[in-house]
Amino acid sequence: MTKPLPDLVPDAELNLPRESERTLPNGLTVIAIRRAAVPLVEVRLRIPFAAAQLGPATLLSQALFTGTSGMNSIDIAAELQAVGGSLAAGLDPDRLLISGNALADGLDRTLELLASVLTDATYPVEEVSTERDRLVDHIQVALSQPAHLARVALLKRMYGDHPYAVQTPGPEEIRDLTPEPLRELHAGRVRPAGAVLVLVGDIDPDQAIDTAEKVLGGWTGSAPGGSLPGTPALAPGPLLLVDRPGSVQSSLRMALPALTRTDPDYAALNLANLVFGGYFSSRWTENIREDKGYTYGSYSSIEHYVAGSALVAAAEVATEVTGPSLLETVYELGRIASLPPGEEELEQARRYALGTLRLGMSTQAGLAGLASVYAGFGLRLEHLREYSAALSAATREEVAAAAAKYLAPSRAVTVVLGDAERIESQLSALTVVERSAA
Amino acid sequence: MAPKIKIPATKYPVERFTLGNGLRVVLSPDRSAPVVGVAVVYDVGIRSEPEGRTGFAHLFEHLMFQGSENLEKLAHFRHVQGAGGSFNGSTHLDYTDYFEVLPSGGLERALFLEADRMRGPRLTEENLRNQVDVVKEEIRVNVLNRPYGGFPWLKLPPVMFGTFANAHDGYGSFEDLESATVEDARGFFDRYYACGNAVLSVAGDFDVAQATAMIERHFGDVQARPAPQLPDFDEPDLAGERRESYTDRIAPLPAVAAAWRVPDPIGNFEDYLPYVVLAEVLTDGDASRLVERLVQRDRTATTMGGYLGFMGDEYLVRNPTALLLQAHLPPGGDADKVLRTIDEELDRLAADGLKPGELDRTQARMATRALHGTDDVLGRAQPMAVLELQRGRPGLLNDLPKLISEVRPEQIAAAAATLRPERRASVEVIPGASS
Repeated sequence: MTKPLPDLVPDAELNLPRESERTLPNGLTVIAIRRAAVPLVEVRLRIPFAAAQLGPATLLSQALFTGTSGMNSIDIAAELQAVGGSLAAGLDPDRLLISGNALADGLDRTLELLASVLTDATYPVEEVSTERDRLVDHIQVALSQPAHLARVALLKRMYGDHPYAVQTPGPEEIRDLTPEPLRELHAGRVRPAGAVLVLVGDIDPDQAIDTAEKVLGGWTGSAPGGSLPGTPALAPGPLLLVDRPGSVQSSLRMALPALTRTDPDYAALNLANLVFGGYFSSRWTENIREDKGYTYGSYSSIEHYVAGSALVAAAEVATEVTGPSLLETVYELGRIASLPPGEEELEQARRYALGTLRLGMSTQAGLAGLASVYAGFGLRLEHLREYSAALSAATREEVAAAAAKYLAPSRAVTVVLGDAERIESQLSALTVVERSAA
Repeated sequence: MAPKIKIPATKYPVERFTLGNGLRVVLSPDRSAPVVGVAVVYDVGIRSEPEGRTGFAHLFEHLMFQGSENLEKLAHFRHVQGAGGSFNGSTHLDYTDYFEVLPSGGLERALFLEADRMRGPRLTEENLRNQVDVVKEEIRVNVLNRPYGGFPWLKLPPVMFGTFANAHDGYGSFEDLESATVEDARGFFDRYYACGNAVLSVAGDFDVAQATAMIERHFGDVQARPAPQLPDFDEPDLAGERRESYTDRIAPLPAVAAAWRVPDPIGNFEDYLPYVVLAEVLTDGDASRLVERLVQRDRTATTMGGYLGFMGDEYLVRNPTALLLQAHLPPGGDADKVLRTIDEELDRLAADGLKPGELDRTQARMATRALHGTDDVLGRAQPMAVLELQRGRPGLLNDLPKLISEVRPEQIAAAAATLRPERRASVEVIPGASS
């Protein structure tokens, strides 16, 4: 009766798409990749923005497309839409990212509109005040979301005095902003030197770069400074309990040290993370979800910023089993840090890591995102060849060594957000707890 | 104004056949990336749940991952991810889907896994209790522990509809979930998870002849069972306006959503499609009618969205369904005023029609979004499976950009004219956490 599981057909060699690249006289690097499966083009422009003042930078990202000397926000949106396009800006502690897509035939027009915003954004008073009020409301809503509140508390605990410690402004930092600081910030920091534009789609890469050069050549200038010190070492201490009265779940977060993408031990650490909690078939998920039903999902991943990397584990667990969930999490971290992984579970994680690389490169948007993120760390897609080889080669001993060093629960910074009255004693039974008001 | 851009299309090949046991199959090969997507959809969803068993279709979806004839618990996840792939499933009003995306060398394994659970999941008391717990946590994450949870997809149907099938909470009450039994699950599988009630689709990097042979090999011996009769869930349109409100104890700001019934998406696609375009004319981007008016000019709303189908699956839903508009409001915002302004803008659109270029640009952006979705193998495998299941027309996915571009301005105005306040169901969120 038992039917055998079909074998896997081994993967063909990793086939990386050709990246065409040129750094323009204005300092902008343009990377173009052809993937013609659908007649679209993906656009990612990454502008270094580290150490920019958080309030103005966040509002700038929301107001960038609200006007130029010749167009108002509706004109810009309509003109983009006419070529099937849309562009939006987002901010993280390292960069301003403008991303979007358009019909492939609309690439020239999309870049023209992008150029006019980059060189001529006016931040009109009315539009800025609209965006400002919307941003305040948006922050207000974020502050009612447990995942956001847990993240805010965790970042503070992880990064202390480092600028990464606060990544979203408070409403009070936005409420009184006028266009002037946005205009100043734009003039100072929205500059091509050091920025990277990635174009992926049904395009001729060399022609696309020519177009970018022609259209964006008039965008000039360089931004002063803007580099950050390296991130501080994590300082494990008491578990930080953030009270959220009435919460029907607890948000469990643990941060651990990690390695940068180019570290020789990075592949081994990534495999150790997968075995612990980095995918569904991990020990952590199989334990607290599939065996015990404490959570809908748990997940750990390595987060890379320019100034440093960290591993973050996250799960939303039922209030009544918050203590037991922490217990199992610490157990699984301790197990991976103390004992080598099994042969078969390591092979499974390895195949997953190698497979998801291929999946991630199988769409225009996936390629564009990957190329843009890599470029932000000075890497090109070519790095995937080296990384794949490192994933294939990592031994059980290397994975165990990486786990012992980086996944040890004694090194974790732990934050739990939930109904303190109902969970404090559960947590105190396991570790030292320090309470903070939300 | 620049010349109108040409709306392009995709030409993904589509092969259809039916196995001897009644399983319908759709194949769409494309060798542009070394990955495959596999989807199996069953013609059962939230609307088919029995009374007293709210949330059961979704709970059952979870049970389909808990082992099957030749597979232990956890094996499905491990085999997919150990092939370098990802998996998931989702429960909709009219269908339930299961899918994998993998490097192409994992195709036969994915087919084996889907065939094995089509023959029968391992339904045990232990797995049922475990997944009831997991689903309760899912509901807490997505509904109970966050602001605007279930808004509006769980909150509007009971305002708009009168029958249990259309109105009930598809995530389910904890009481109903806890009282579910293994016997219920067996009955549900026997009734709805027949291979005659399912479609298998495969998209991406494979050879049609080889894939066909694999499908015969793995699915050919699944017991032939016919599809149950498809119920008609239709009910009369509203006889007058319906309006409800509720307090969300976590939400800091007000919100409002409104819905109007639309023509049968399948029986009357010609009349339905203009509503899909209308929703975009009203809400897609800063240059759309309602965003310009409510968000930019009046500042009576901070966000504005519009779409067809309570789960946003406009081409994958059956009658009855609706056009929805939803807005988040600033502190102290006035939901009545927002609804009145929407009425005013709909009147204006119905009376004066569209502005030059307004429809063209909306259609161009819709084409981009449709094409973007199909670049991903699952973005082809999943909708093609449902389009085959519900319409016998998986190739509609290729035709959508063109069909969208052929919708005429007078059809948009005519559609807008039907969205009258007296046909509207709306629900307002009263913030319970005002600061």
